[in-house]
Amino acid sequence: MESKTLHPAGLTADMTTIELMAEPLRAGGWLVSEAYAPPARRPRTRGAPPLVRRLLIASAVAYFALVVLTPLVAVFYEAFRKGAEFYLASLSEPDALAAVRLTLILALIAVPLNLVFGVAAAWAIAKFEFRGKSLLVSLIDLPFAVSPVIAGLIYVLMFGLQGWLGPWLSAHGIKVIFALPGLALATIFVTVPFVARELIPLMESQGKDEEEAALVLGASGWQTFRRVTLPNIKWGLVYGAILCNARAMGEFGAVSVVSGHIRGETNTMPLQVEILYNEYNFVAAFAVASLLALLALVTLVVKTIVEARTHEVSAR
Amino acid sequence: MSIAIDKITRRFGAHAAVDAVDLEVGSGELVALLGPSGSGKTTLLRIVAGLEHADSGRILLHGSDMTDVPVGERNVGFVFQHYALFRHLTVFENIAFGLRVRPRRNRPADAGIKRRVEELLLLVQLANYGERYPNQLSGGQRQRVALARALAVDPRVLLLDEPFGALDAQVRKELRVWLRALHHDVRVTSVFVTHDQDEALEIADRVVVMNQGRIEQVATPAELLAAPATPFVRQFLEGARSLAPA
Repeated sequence: MESKTLHPAGLTADMTTIELMAEPLRAGGWLVSEAYAPPARRPRTRGAPPLVRRLLIASAVAYFALVVLTPLVAVFYEAFRKGAEFYLASLSEPDALAAVRLTLILALIAVPLNLVFGVAAAWAIAKFEFRGKSLLVSLIDLPFAVSPVIAGLIYVLMFGLQGWLGPWLSAHGIKVIFALPGLALATIFVTVPFVARELIPLMESQGKDEEEAALVLGASGWQTFRRVTLPNIKWGLVYGAILCNARAMGEFGAVSVVSGHIRGETNTMPLQVEILYNEYNFVAAFAVASLLALLALVTLVVKTIVEARTHEVSAR
Repeated sequence: MSIAIDKITRRFGAHAAVDAVDLEVGSGELVALLGPSGSGKTTLLRIVAGLEHADSGRILLHGSDMTDVPVGERNVGFVFQHYALFRHLTVFENIAFGLRVRPRRNRPADAGIKRRVEELLLLVQLANYGERYPNQLSGGQRQRVALARALAVDPRVLLLDEPFGALDAQVRKELRVWLRALHHDVRVTSVFVTHDQDEALEIADRVVVMNQGRIEQVATPAELLAAPATPFVRQFLEGARSLAPA
């Protein structure tokens, strides 16, 4: 065997040995990627007779139309009953505008906080073993298990005038209940699970091999997170964020308890809808409701896009 | 000595996964850690890399004590059993990763990174695969990308955890020969973990047979076959000899 000089970089220029060695490999045909075959078309079901099939489809569509589609159409129909002008006037009414603004502010507080918390919690749960892990998982699920009204009442019990911290807070002139802080707390409480729940299974399935590989290659903890962890969970994060946002904007029970229903101040959009409806101001109520319905439609579209993206990435 | 392992012990609860192991690996050597599953060979390899800590003992790389040096500063190359390629990056960017995350002052310029990556792509026979993503590659190709990525940072030692474990029999046989040739060219001190006797005997300069966290014997493949030091070694190698191709 001829001697080969060691390149300063640690590699030799002489490739002949390796090239010769690789010849049988190529001949074996294994350079062709097995993961490259296009997905086969799903075969048509042949078992069910056409009549049964049509009946099943028809009943599914009818059910969906009755339960989901009709109410959605009704919302817009009612909102525009007195014409577009009246619709716009109802929305530009000061109290309605205040409700829209408050809802947006609450979403802007709750979503980023839950994004940060969700990533941190999911990372800890998926990649490390520690004492109290199952307790943390249960705590994250708690808001799903507890009725939102109870969640609101907990905060009233803690921060309300008769509550534990109430006297101290009012002595210092801090208002939590019937004000923005209370609404924010209630919104955060009900939206805690969305991001973390989305990320935990994703991160668990990805394991920590890639992070370890990055660390061995000299990446810092932050670089590892930025360049490896974050890109891998990107779409899960977007998905969790839109679901979290939809809930933050649409939440009724928890915020209703802590709101106090002060017009133009502590009424979110869902609360505003209720008040208008109770005052028999149906058109205005449905006008505000139509904005929430629109939000739902946008959420669905974004969700579909993200799901398509995720499939594309995993099929790539 | 390239790698010196000095009385390394690692316990999981009451069970010693690695039990006071001493081992020295010379410059440019290719050493196999061979043993059944649960013998502590992967744990030992991860301790050398800095991915696991040791409860006691020291790790020296090229004479300097690395025991308390974090993984990223040890300058070792590590090839994972399941490749651990960055799935969202192309083959090119996977290999470039170790260079790109360097602090600015000793990061090569883009042109330098490109040259280095192309050199490595050539070395691992994947010159035209730079723009592919990991899941567009076969297992053997992924393994070679993982190897190129580990070599990109000019590691002082190369550590491979069951490098062929996830490949089918035909491919692993071919890749074995190829790795042996690559090591002959690159000459970086290498340690690989395997539970496959044939693999260890065929590729390694020296074989370290491990059992229950301890070293049973360290010897060249020929010595090992001629004079197994313990009943365990003889028994463990018996399977290999009967299966070995004539």
